[in-house]
Formats: sequence, structure tokens, C-alpha cells
Amino acid sequence: MSGQQQPIHQPASLQSYFIVFTILMVLTAITVYAGFQNYGVWNTPVALGIAVIKAALVILIFMHALHSPPTTWLVILASIFFLAIMLGMTLSDYMSRGMIT
Amino acid sequence: MSAIEETEHGHGHNKNLAHHFDTLEQQHEANTLGMWAFLLTEVLFFGGLFAAYTVYRYKYSAVFEEASNLLDITLGAVNTAILIGSSLTMALAVRNSQLGNSTKTGHWLVLTIIFGMGFLGVKYFEWKHDYDIHLMPGKNFFHWQFAKKAKEIHTKEHSHRLPGPQDGVLKDDDPSLGVKARLESEQARLFYLLYFCMTSLHALHMVVGFGIIGVIAWKAYSGVFSPDYYTPVEIIGLYWHFVDIVWIFLFPLLYLLGAHLGH
Amino acid sequence: MSQLELKSGVTHAEQAHEVHEKPNYLNHDHSVMSWLYTLDHKRIGILYLVSITAMFILGGIMAALVRVELSTPKGDFLTADTYNKSFTAHGVIMLFFFLIPSIPAVMGNFALPLMIGARDVAFPRLNLLSYYLYALGAGIGMVALLYGGVDTGWTFYTPYSSTYSNSYVTVMAVGLFCIGFSSILTGLNFVVTVHRMRCPGLTWFRLPLFIWAIYATSVVQLLGTPVIAITLALLGVERTLGVGIFDPRLGGDPVLFQHMFWFYSHPAVYIMILPSLGLISEVIATFSRKNVFGYKIIALSSVTIAVFGFIVWAHHMFTTGISPYAAMVFSFLTFSVAIPSGIKVFTWLATMYKGAISFETPMIYGIAFIGLFTIGGVTGLYLSTLGMDIHLHDTYFVVAHFHYIMVGGAILGFMAGLHFWWPKITGRMYSDFWGKLGAGIIFIGFNFTFFPQFILGYLGMPRRYHEYPEELQLLNVMSSAGATILAIGYTLPLIYLTHSFFWGEKAGKNPWGATTLDWTATDSPPSPHNFDQIPVVTEEPYHFERKEAGVVSH
Repeated sequence: MSGQQQPIHQPASLQSYFIVFTILMVLTAITVYAGFQNYGVWNTPVALGIAVIKAALVILIFMHALHSPPTTWLVILASIFFLAIMLGMTLSDYMSRGMIT
Repeated sequence: MSAIEETEHGHGHNKNLAHHFDTLEQQHEANTLGMWAFLLTEVLFFGGLFAAYTVYRYKYSAVFEEASNLLDITLGAVNTAILIGSSLTMALAVRNSQLGNSTKTGHWLVLTIIFGMGFLGVKYFEWKHDYDIHLMPGKNFFHWQFAKKAKEIHTKEHSHRLPGPQDGVLKDDDPSLGVKARLESEQARLFYLLYFCMTSLHALHMVVGFGIIGVIAWKAYSGVFSPDYYTPVEIIGLYWHFVDIVWIFLFPLLYLLGAHLGH
Repeated sequence: MSQLELKSGVTHAEQAHEVHEKPNYLNHDHSVMSWLYTLDHKRIGILYLVSITAMFILGGIMAALVRVELSTPKGDFLTADTYNKSFTAHGVIMLFFFLIPSIPAVMGNFALPLMIGARDVAFPRLNLLSYYLYALGAGIGMVALLYGGVDTGWTFYTPYSSTYSNSYVTVMAVGLFCIGFSSILTGLNFVVTVHRMRCPGLTWFRLPLFIWAIYATSVVQLLGTPVIAITLALLGVERTLGVGIFDPRLGGDPVLFQHMFWFYSHPAVYIMILPSLGLISEVIATFSRKNVFGYKIIALSSVTIAVFGFIVWAHHMFTTGISPYAAMVFSFLTFSVAIPSGIKVFTWLATMYKGAISFETPMIYGIAFIGLFTIGGVTGLYLSTLGMDIHLHDTYFVVAHFHYIMVGGAILGFMAGLHFWWPKITGRMYSDFWGKLGAGIIFIGFNFTFFPQFILGYLGMPRRYHEYPEELQLLNVMSSAGATILAIGYTLPLIYLTHSFFWGEKAGKNPWGATTLDWTATDSPPSPHNFDQIPVVTEEPYHFERKEAGVVSH
């Protein structure tokens, strides 16, 4: 045990965690505020856009993806890609049904 | 040949190194990749529910907004803040384990559990309220007219009184309400069905998380972790942040959908 | 002892002698507990092999019931209800309890760590958990069958499965949920193993092709299976709470169920066939004694098939009311799957071309596989053609098509793999004569069973009915007769392999002269920790001329 005491990965700075935490809190407040406004068709994109930024911050900093090996990035991109396929291609069926009568 | 020698000598030296790995680093990389791959399946697992949500939201968008408006945005926002707080404590626990501060790691993990329980406490009161106003989607239990009346009483009279006989709440399939109201009730029930499936699956993940974090906190207090072996803390951290991310999406999709309609 | 092993000049006789004395994974501990609690990937592979063989026999009996009923036009052997339960049981058992775990969990568990020079999979305990989840799921499935079975077909289409069926759908769904998680854990284990446990020098493009295939399969398991799990969970919720997620009377959408179901179940086809494709690449190369043609393109076509598998699912739904525009897109994408599949077929042929082919049992299965897989694949193109599918949807043409892929492809691939690795698994040879005879009988029986079904389907005989017009009897009798031959063909390996396990002659380290690490660097059967020394790889696989002696360059 005593042979190799240096950590496998250098920990991130304390500061970065608190900055991310603050941004997440501010974004939560913004998303609630935005929820009460009516942007018409943009309601959902705005809400989801903020959620994506929040999720990205959690993944990059809290989950250390920023300093992870390429394989981790492959996994993250695969999750997004295949989730998008499932949602997008299913929805494409429903959305194009009205196009023919 | 040098690889072979490492293998032969790596064994026995470290009690944290399983026999089929060569180095602690290889073990760490394998374990974290394992957790990431597990989270990949979790994304698709929740993804099935999100697919159902997307389709029904598309088909029944107006009613979904109405239905969403009955949820308590304040409690939802408070819970979001609590969960983000628990993510911070978890990140700090991982950081302390990387630095070798075992006791501090334990403290932050316990704090994470406490935040998580706070979240579920709030959730309990929300669910209880949904049950009281018949938003729970059981056969012959869901009662859309009743829930809407309860909301109306709350807005007009500022009281938490449940609708009684004097309010004259009709059944959802009462002929006088017409077909449109019956369809509205069905679609609102679908929203609440998805709401309960998604939030309870999320809560289930938290409960599982409590158990594992508890065990790891106990290990941290007994000083198992060191800068060259903190993998369990790291991977439970990944899991917990994932649970946080799911909620980051659930909150706007479930609670904020109809906020712009006004109260 | 290990010093002795390092000397490359050890003769075969000496090796065989040594095998006899060294403890191997089979004989180092004989107690029952040592098997039930084993963390050894090889033993877990054997546990799977025994379990899926039992399931295969059960599923075969169900198929026999179906074929006996269909040998006469009238429904005189089974009632309509029993018939529904029989074909459902056949489908569920064969697909979820047999094929999904067949090659990945049996061959993958046994061979993957050996082929990449690892001492075990990355998570041995997870591996055992995966087996017990499988056993639990299969057990729950058996309970559902004993109590009367399920009559929905293996597809569990709503609203029949959620509202109308009185059979044990919820119990079966719970069983499949467990099986699903078993499959996910196996996939997760293999993905991490391939990424992190390769021995020194074994770069991605030096991996044996079976590893590429099993890797692609594992990715599909990780991505697809959670979706079927949540879909079945929602089905269970709908049945127990009586609320409508998929029931149109209650505002739900049954087509959504089909979308979610096929998002898994189409890629699941690739979980069954992809490992076979990889295995056949190994077998063809080994018995042609020639480097594979187009190594990289075969490796990448496995990954391509896995990804394409996720964007074609709605071709199962052309007639269920999806939008014509979506149908066109899905039809087009389905055609594109033919490209990587075709690449594989042509590279196998190019590998065999001018090779020194020897026709041992695994190779016979391998050649049979190529022919049958091609027929199955080409008829798939008929079905992905939008207009054609309207006519052929839910007929016996579809049944014949997917049996050419599932039996002619996946099961023959499994048989090829079983016969290929049997000397490694048991350390003993089987009779090549009986092996070839079995392969021949299976090939003849299979074609007799399923080729008439193409014609039946084209003539309009729908699947899942226990009666049919009298003029179709001849073809149906042919099919039932073929099934009898097929049953005999399946029984033979059971007998001669059991015989070989106890009395077969010693196989030696590398009886086929293969070039991958599982043959060149381990004994037959391997020692409990696979390798005395972790091998170091210095070149691509399949260099037959240089590896004739069966020696790895250390």
C-alpha cells in the first residue's frame, strides 16, 4: 500500500465545484422564471436548452468527464446518439402521419 | 516479458487489487468504465419513459400543459436545489477520497444521504397531496374533475380544503360533461401516469443509492480508501450525479410545462 | 513447470502428457458448490451451456406440438387456445431463454478472456450474478408456463396482452425483465473486458474477429435491452393498475408499444446473429488455413450492423398504421443493412478461395451457415420492400425468413462454435464422422422444414392459426416431416458429445491448428487461471503460415 501514494487522478480544485454549484442554482432559478413566460413554440426548447447546459456541467465537472479517457466520451456520445434515435425516429412517425390524408 | 513480471509481483502486494487485474490503475479504469456503461443502459432505461412522454406530449399537448399546471412548482424547484446540493456534497466526497481524507469522505457521503432523504421527504408530501386530490392514476381512482376543483378552491379561497358534496364535482365520464371532457380526463391521466412512473423510478434509484452510499460511507470511516484506491467512491459518485441529471430533465418537463398558463 | 512451458520446442506428445498431470478448470475442484459459486468465466460458460440446452429441448418440444398440429388442416390435435400457448412458449423460450444467451453467454464467456489473453472477465462476480439472474428469469418463466402459459405470441402486442389476455402475461414479463438484466450485465462485462483487459500487444486491429462480433453484440445488449425492460414494466403497470398506456380505449397508443418493443427486439435479432457471424469468420479462416480476406472491413462491418440494427425497427410495423413517410425511410434504411451483411458473406467466400480447406465438422456447419444465412438475408430484402411486405406481412414467409436467420444462422453458428471449441472446453475430441452426419441431417431437415414455409407464406397462409385450407396440406406435411428429421439431427450431437466428454480421445493443445490465443497459449482444457504466463501479442491474427507449430511469439 505504501509504495505508490500518488492518486490515480489529480483531484479537481475545490473552487471549480463551488462555481459549478452556483451556476446550477442560478440556472434553476432562470428555468423557473422562463417557465412562467410564454415564448410560444420556444417554451420547450428554452426549458430543454437550460436543462442540457445543467446536465453538461454536471457531466463535465462533477463526473470528471473533462479529464476522462476517450472511452468515457464514447459512452457519453453513444448515450446521446441512441437516445436521440429512439426519440427522434419514433416521433418522426407521429409527426409525419398528418402529412397524408 | 516485463508485463509478466509486473503481473507476478503485483499480486499479494495490495489487498485491494483483484487477482485478474495487473495494476490498480487498470482496475480503476475498468470499474469506472463499467459504471459509465451501466449509466448508458440507464439512459436508455429512462429513455423508454421519455419516448412515451414525448409521443403523448406531442399528441395531447394542450391537456398535458393543463395537467402539469396542477403540480406544485415551488416544491419542485426546492427539490431541484436540494438534489443539486447533494451532487455538490457527493463531488466533495469523491475529492476528499482522492486526497486520502477518509473521515471527511464519510462525512460528505452522510450529508449526501441526508440531502437525498430531504428530497424524498418533499416528494412524499407531493405524492400525498396528489393522492388526496385523486391524481393517482388507478382504475376508478383518478378523478380529473375533482383535482381541478381542488386547484380552483386553492386559488380562489386560498385554502387546502378538499372539494365536498357542496361543490358538486361530477364524475369524469358524466354524460353532461360531453366527450371532450372525458378525453381530457384520459389524457390528463396519461400525464399523471407518466409523472408517477418517472418520479417513482427516479426515487427508486435514489433509495438504491442510499444503500450503496451508506456501505461506502461506513468503509470510508474505517479508512479503506486511499489516493491509490478510491474507485468505489468515484463510481457511486457517477451514479449519484446521473440521478441528479435525470431530475434536471424531469423538473422542467413535468413541472414547468404549463406554468406560462398562469395560476 | 512454467519454465518448461516457455520452451517452444515442446512436442505434441509431451504437451498431451503434461495436460494429463496439470490441474485444469474442470478437475481442480469437483464439489457441487465449487460449480455453483464459481467466479471462473469458463465454468460460468458451462453453467450457461447446460441451462440453455435444457431450454432448447423444452422449446423444441413446443415446436413439435406446433408442427404436429399443422400436419392436418383441421384443428384436431390442439385446441386453438393450447395452440396459441404452444407457439408463444416456443417463441419466448427459444428467443429469450435460449438464443439471446446462447453464443454471447456460452461461447463469449468461455472464449472471450482466452482469446484476448486475460485471466478472467473484468467483473467475475457480476458475471455469476448475471447467470443467476438468467436462472431466476427462466425459473419465473417456467412458473408462468406451468400455471397455464401465455397466449399472446412472443411479441406481447397490446392491447391484447395488456387488457384481453387471461394468461400469465405479468408473470412472464417479470421473468423476461430478469433475463433482460442478466443480458445487460453480460454485455457490460464484455464491453469493459474488451476495452480494459486485452493482453500486451493486442491492439484493436489484432483482435480475433469473434471478439469484434461479441463486442458489437454487447453494445447492442447494453443499448437495447433497457428499453424492452421498461416497456415490459409499463405493460405490467397497465395490466395491474388497469390504466391505459397502450390501450386505445383509455387514451393510450398501441403503436407506441410496438415502437418501443421493436426498438429492442429488432436489434435483439443482431444479438442472436452477430456472434455467429464472428464465429463463422474464425471457423472459415481456421479450416481454410488462410488469413481472412479483408480483416478490417469484417471487423468494422460487425460494428456497422450493430448500429444499423437500431435504425430499422419500424419495418416490423409497415401494416400497423405508421405514417407512409416514416415507412419509406425505414424501408430504405433496412435495405442498407444488407451492405455490411453482404460484405461478410463475400469476404468469407474470398477467404475460402484458394485456401487449403479441410472439411471437419465445424467447417461443415460453417459452410451450411453461409448458404442458409444468405437465403435468410435475401428474403429479408423481399420483406423490407414496402409493397411486398403488405402481401407477406404475418404470413409463413416471415416465419421461414426469420428461421433461416435464427436457426440456419444463429443456431448453426452456435453448433459450429460448439464443435470448434469442444476440444478446448472438454480437452477431448468427438467423432468427426458422427459430427458430420449430424450436420448433414440438420441441414437437410432444416431445409425440408422451412423452405416449404416460404411457399406457404407466399400463397397466403397466415402465421399463428391452428387451421388452414386443405390445399396447403402437402407443403405443411413436408414441413412437419422435415421437423422430425431436424429433431433427429439435434439429438445426435447430444449423444456423441456426451460420449466424447467421458470417453473421447485427448485433444491436445491445438487440434485444429488455429492461430488465436485461446488455442496457442492455453492448454485443453485451460488451467483455472487460463495462462501460466500472460501472453504478449506481436502480430495480427490468422497468420497461418508462420504459426503452423502453434507457438506464440513471446
